[in-house]
Amino acid sequence: MSTDTLPAKAAAAPAAASPEARNTLRSKRRRNALRTALFMSPWLIGFGFFFAYPLVSTLYFSFMRYDGLNPPTWRGLENWTYVFSDLPKFWPAMQNTLWLAVVMVTCRVVFGLGVGMLITKIKTGAGIFRTLFYLPYLAPPVAATLAFVFLLNPGTGPVNSFLEAVGIPAPSWFNDADWAKPALTVLAVWGIGDLMVIFMAALLDVPKEQYEAAELDGASPWQRFRYVTLPNISPIVLFAVVTGIIGAMQYYTQPIVASKVASGVMGGSGAPFQPGYPDDSTLTLPQLIYSLGFSQFNYGAACVVALVLFALSMAFTALLMRRRGGLIGSGD
Amino acid sequence: MPVRPRRAAAALAATASIALFASACTGSANNAAADDPNAQTTITFWHGWNAPAEVKAIEDNVARFEKAHPNIKVKVVGDINDEKLGQALRAGGSNGPDVVSSFTTSNVGKFCSSGALADLKPFIEKSKLDLDKTFPKVLQEYTQFEGRRCSLPLLSDAYGLYYNKDAFRKAGLDPEAPPKTWSQFTQVAKKLTKAKGDSYEQLGFMPNYLGYETVVEHYMSQWDHTYFTEDGKSNVAKDPAFAEMMTYQKSLVDSLGGFEKLDKYRTAFGDEWGAKHPFQTGQVAMQLDGEWRLNFIKNAGVKFDVGVAPLPVADDEIAEYGKGYLSGTIMGIAPQSKKQNAAWELVKYMTTDTDAVVSFANAIGNVPSTFEALKSPNLKFDDRFKVFLDIAKHPESTTMDNAVNGPAYQETLSSLAHKYESGQVTDLKKGLADAAAQIDRDIAAAK
Repeated sequence: MSTDTLPAKAAAAPAAASPEARNTLRSKRRRNALRTALFMSPWLIGFGFFFAYPLVSTLYFSFMRYDGLNPPTWRGLENWTYVFSDLPKFWPAMQNTLWLAVVMVTCRVVFGLGVGMLITKIKTGAGIFRTLFYLPYLAPPVAATLAFVFLLNPGTGPVNSFLEAVGIPAPSWFNDADWAKPALTVLAVWGIGDLMVIFMAALLDVPKEQYEAAELDGASPWQRFRYVTLPNISPIVLFAVVTGIIGAMQYYTQPIVASKVASGVMGGSGAPFQPGYPDDSTLTLPQLIYSLGFSQFNYGAACVVALVLFALSMAFTALLMRRRGGLIGSGD
Repeated sequence: MPVRPRRAAAALAATASIALFASACTGSANNAAADDPNAQTTITFWHGWNAPAEVKAIEDNVARFEKAHPNIKVKVVGDINDEKLGQALRAGGSNGPDVVSSFTTSNVGKFCSSGALADLKPFIEKSKLDLDKTFPKVLQEYTQFEGRRCSLPLLSDAYGLYYNKDAFRKAGLDPEAPPKTWSQFTQVAKKLTKAKGDSYEQLGFMPNYLGYETVVEHYMSQWDHTYFTEDGKSNVAKDPAFAEMMTYQKSLVDSLGGFEKLDKYRTAFGDEWGAKHPFQTGQVAMQLDGEWRLNFIKNAGVKFDVGVAPLPVADDEIAEYGKGYLSGTIMGIAPQSKKQNAAWELVKYMTTDTDAVVSFANAIGNVPSTFEALKSPNLKFDDRFKVFLDIAKHPESTTMDNAVNGPAYQETLSSLAHKYESGQVTDLKKGLADAAAQIDRDIAAAK
């Protein structure tokens, strides 16, 4: 039996009014609740172990002095005041993360959609172009970053040699605090293969009749895009933006590899590597969490930053998911 | 498209990183060392070397130990970095190491104060080991923290000046008379610098803090300095040595072409650990580096004549010429180990047995760490290596101080130094005062 029939029976129950019937109904409901819980249990267990428990203990440890070895001791709000007022790297990391969430994600979505639209229009050799645009996405992040640091090397890189040859002043990319984040954005845009594929699928799903009708009404290409394409694919755009922002919040590998290689500090007995080169411009919140927790043994402060990051992700997601005013239309 | 499940998924994904932290392990220190060192047992030893010749050297050394202690078998695990080490020391467990070694002396403060490495004092007393008669003072210093001895030195590194004798000759300089003071050094570096367009054909010296080993603490050893006051507060604003070093370094940067030009040239350098190191390719004529560079130079088949000397000193400290920066590998025992007495036997053998130390030093080209080994006639090296032995023995040679939060204070200082050399910070006095305050706050937060 399906749960859909329950309300009808429940409505009929007071009329019958016999205690037995009520008992049967109650036990049925209990059985149903149990069954629901049983079916949900894998998710509930996962949710408890991998979400609720870690979240609660992160909150707990954010009030503790904890080095991972000795028993935690109560510190009250000290970790919080330390992170917000005494940790000079916190605000740059915050700004960088926000910058990446806004600029990098926007660029990725715009380029992904643009390439997706171009490729759906191409009649001949579409397969080749699709492959060409999808391939970069398959490159492992570390290898892709290494390649970009090499290409954009201010001293020896082919990109700057070309720019200088044609007389354009070449930036120092990963070695210049103003250009390091744009360089990372270029790298992210290069790997838009995933977005291109989902946008292509969404674009091909837009009903042809709507375009025909719009054309008959004399809609310009821009109007057709604005009033036909966009409303049809808006859930996919939302998906791309939300997953993109979550990706930006967890951005770690590319900036750390880029700054390690560009600064020349790869390891060994020389200077300990400081993430964020040049001048904290590529330091993201996850890198700060890692360095506080795992290299300075200060889990309390790391938990504070982790909670800030969590709140930030939730705020972004909530903002985009709002039924009105957000990216999703009220009709969806 | 339904919204709700996506929201849950989004939230889950967003917190995936947080799960990492809560699942962090809670290891508990077990200091009971009741095991019998004469019983048949197997211990695990983690080390960081990964080059085939180095791995072989450590295995040879362990084989000698097993011969001397037939009841103890050693399982050797190589290529371990400090992050893996930190995780294992926190986690404990039966698959963890009993004996560990690390290249990062700046982590000793963290390891000792948190109890990540076991206190060696009871073992040292039991073995009646006289540390003062065994190890040079600086090495004793960087293997303990605030009176807690949690490690012993296993070979050391000394830093000096490598120079291209052919380039000296071409520039009309005497290749047997390397500069001894920093003001002489500036003159020599300028003479060795040849421009090419808006870059260099050859640079006398790469002074930038990112020019491989030219980091703050290596420069600092050539100026008398104290990182911390008696009461553990940062001394970088009060001790004039820090401002003197940074001012000199900045003047060197400016006289060799300015920060931007130098930094752009730096990006064309090959890997520090590869054959295309800028000193080996002739891109720079002088290089601050450790004694291990001799082996790299040999392996890379460098064609020109390489000279080695101590690094110059501050002009008013000429009497102390010959000093340098020291660091090295440290060795300790995991507090969770149930075989600490057996583990101690290995630590004692590898760090104090003269034959063991000498043959290991010969094999990997590092400076031996005990007085006996430094004097040993079995030590094989070319004449240039003696320069590093002398630096290691020099009474004024220094290392960086340990701190409860590891190298964090050095990072604060080098971040300021970098901003000063690149011109982003112009008020050095205020910068140093801010750095000192920051170092104090970070240490307070970590205590």
